[in-house]
Amino acid sequence: MEKTNNSRRNFLKSAALAGGGFMLSFNWFGKEAFAGDIAATDAAAIAAADFAPNAYLSIHPDGIVTIFSPNPEIGQGIKTAFPIIVAEELDVDWANVKVIQAPLDTKKFERQVAGGSGSIPHSWQRLRKAGATARQMLIEAAARKWNVSATECKTEKGYVIHTTSAKKLSYGELATDAAQITPPTDVKLKDLKDFKLIGSTVKNVDNKPIITGQPLFGIDFYREGMLFSMIQRPPAFGLKLKSFDASAAKAMPGIVDVVSFKNKVAVVGKSTWEVKKAKDALKIEWEKDGNLESTDDHNKLFKELLDSPKADVRRKEGNVEEAFKNAAKIVESEYQCPFLPHNPMEPMNFFAHVREDGVELVGPTQTPANAQGQTAKLLNIAPEKVTVELTRMGGGFGRRLGTDYVLEAVEVSNLVKAPVKVIWTREDDMTGGSYRPAVRYRFRAALDKQGNMIGYSLRGVGINAGNPTRENNFPSGAVPNLLIDSVDHKSPITTGPWRAPITNFLAFAEQSFIDEVANAAGKDAVQFRLELLDKAKTSPTGPVRYDIDRMKAVIELAAEKSGWNKKRKGVSLGFSVYFSHASYVAQVGEVVMKKGKPVLQKIYAAVDCGVVINQSGARNQVVGGIVDGMGHAMYGNLTFTEGKPNQSNFNTFRLIKMNEIPAIDVHFVDNGIDPTGLGEPALPPTGASIANAIFKATGKRLKNQPFIEQEEKLLDGIS
Amino acid sequence: MANYNLNINGKVYKTDVAPDTPLLWVLRDHLGLLGTKYGCGMAMCGACTVHINGEATRTCILPVSSVSEAKITTIEGLSEKGDHPVQTAWHEVDVPQCGYCQAGQIMTAAAFLKSNPKPTTEEIETAMSNNLCRCGTYHRIREAVQLAATKMK
Repeated sequence: MEKTNNSRRNFLKSAALAGGGFMLSFNWFGKEAFAGDIAATDAAAIAAADFAPNAYLSIHPDGIVTIFSPNPEIGQGIKTAFPIIVAEELDVDWANVKVIQAPLDTKKFERQVAGGSGSIPHSWQRLRKAGATARQMLIEAAARKWNVSATECKTEKGYVIHTTSAKKLSYGELATDAAQITPPTDVKLKDLKDFKLIGSTVKNVDNKPIITGQPLFGIDFYREGMLFSMIQRPPAFGLKLKSFDASAAKAMPGIVDVVSFKNKVAVVGKSTWEVKKAKDALKIEWEKDGNLESTDDHNKLFKELLDSPKADVRRKEGNVEEAFKNAAKIVESEYQCPFLPHNPMEPMNFFAHVREDGVELVGPTQTPANAQGQTAKLLNIAPEKVTVELTRMGGGFGRRLGTDYVLEAVEVSNLVKAPVKVIWTREDDMTGGSYRPAVRYRFRAALDKQGNMIGYSLRGVGINAGNPTRENNFPSGAVPNLLIDSVDHKSPITTGPWRAPITNFLAFAEQSFIDEVANAAGKDAVQFRLELLDKAKTSPTGPVRYDIDRMKAVIELAAEKSGWNKKRKGVSLGFSVYFSHASYVAQVGEVVMKKGKPVLQKIYAAVDCGVVINQSGARNQVVGGIVDGMGHAMYGNLTFTEGKPNQSNFNTFRLIKMNEIPAIDVHFVDNGIDPTGLGEPALPPTGASIANAIFKATGKRLKNQPFIEQEEKLLDGIS
Repeated sequence: MANYNLNINGKVYKTDVAPDTPLLWVLRDHLGLLGTKYGCGMAMCGACTVHINGEATRTCILPVSSVSEAKITTIEGLSEKGDHPVQTAWHEVDVPQCGYCQAGQIMTAAAFLKSNPKPTTEEIETAMSNNLCRCGTYHRIREAVQLAATKMK
């Protein structure tokens, strides 16, 4: 057996080689070695002979095309999707493409953000143009070489071909000459019908390092001489640090220092486990700094706020009071959701090295420019002095839009004057705040004798939820008398964006309520929605901020695929449709009764995100969004007792498991419209497609999430 | 602190750590084997799964002192070229989203298929259901395990 005792040293040497620029990036492509490869910095990756017409790509004389993907990869597949778009317009063989994650560079790139499902819509034209510009320059270089007109040339899989003579040159052979061509200002983009790569099935570019366990994530970042840190934060929202005794912790093996900043106590040492044990040995006194709120308090508060005479009016049309006075029927209903932690599988962590000459940041962040800017502000230095390398992220779901954990690493590194990686335990991560806010909604609908919705009101009340409504969403525009308002309660419990902010629950509430109203009107759930959309089209009330035809198209597609109009014995279907983050998703939940209990056997989804960039990635996002939406609707619950979260790990916070998922059948409209994002839009409609199907099957209307708390006996074993 | 000669992926790794240090942190902090992931620290999520004498085992609560004699295989040592049938199936089905839990999923699946080469769908679900995936890639994990089973025949 081979003896190895220097593996760590070798590893650190490799990591150190990568230092100063790029972290650990791997050549993913099959014919290239990838195990343990350390990619050069982005600057070094571009050799002098390379053709690098813009920030997104370079072509080496050996024919290898390197595409730089600037946006943070959080599992949404952007590191695969962006290069597909560039490669399509460049007209290059995907097998010769190498993808490198670009670090933060605010001069080269715009909006290096993973959030709001916004990367694809923001960058679609820019990426196409980047590829097309390079392609045009390669054609020009070939035309000059052959002394022919560029119009006589075409490209194919990395070659420029002279159509009449069939002469051809590879992009690699043309790279040096193309670098001398002045970039054209006006470039022709491909016709959609000519797309070969876009819309095909492309596998995740990081599959190989992922499935072989190569370091890719922020938590995997190591640096020679780096120290580890764990931080004790106030254990309840509404507490602050009074005093601490670190003597026992400091005396423990491997501990270098214990420092304090901003109501936090940070243990710094030589390994994660030593630091964790020392953190547990800290003796800390906390004192009250605000209200110590419990879930029971919030439940009482919601009732008060729902009746509060003071509210922020979000949208108002016609005369709602009058409509309700004249109503033949009134439907009223309330829906509530709890706080949710994001729970990315990779807990919060970040590396920072505060030096005299600047700051090096490495880690998982959805907003690297914010990390840079806020670090600069904290240390009172110029933003240019702060570099940010983007690692792959083990999920985020909105949690890594914040920079609190980045700044912690900066604070600790600054205090101990050493490179430091801050790691949160799962308990730190789940109890550390920035949750999906708890919200309650009250809906009222007025129906006339014919079952037309003549009045609609929605009051949303939340805990640090800001505006918990999306006042311009459907059915706004389709109801003549409408009032949408909200009341917010300020709490010490911190909240923030959670995958499909607000709509992750609002969609459930709205689409469940529409189902209730359709029922009360004696109308089919799909027909009722289509009639409302017709009203919004023919006689809109106020602005209509969703595309009526696109929404109708996904409704009709979901109805068709699920056999909505074909009665099947023993099968109950529930409908839901939502427009969020610029995409349209309709869903049908399919429930059958087994042994007196509803079993969710399938969810059908019809998705309009415009052009589908990558079939595999897009389907993965839609299915994942539905599983996420279902899991949290069914089980997700974070409650509080005197400011302290009652759930702190996966033994008490239930995440959905493999044996709890239904079949999911995804259909894309793929209508050729410029693409929109998919990280979020499939999640919002999920809860209602399930709950509406369960209602149809059982007559029980699920109004509060998690469903399992409301109907434990009924829902035990739902799938 | 104590000295250990750990048998990992067919090599002997020397390390000097406290006996209660979980194997997970020995692998990650002391040996540079970073494929095994931290997820929960209480054996609830499966991200830290490795093989101990061929058995899928969670390492976040496993003291290094208890495995000083054991044969340990981590994701890095599952195959020489990343071509274990489970790994190739994972790529073919294109399972990962964020990818963080996948090493633990793969190690769980590989040990399971060794003990049950022709599993039913229900057996796969039972074997895999305690490995959490926050991105919701369960459908593809199940499909990849089924595909891997056909490759291992």
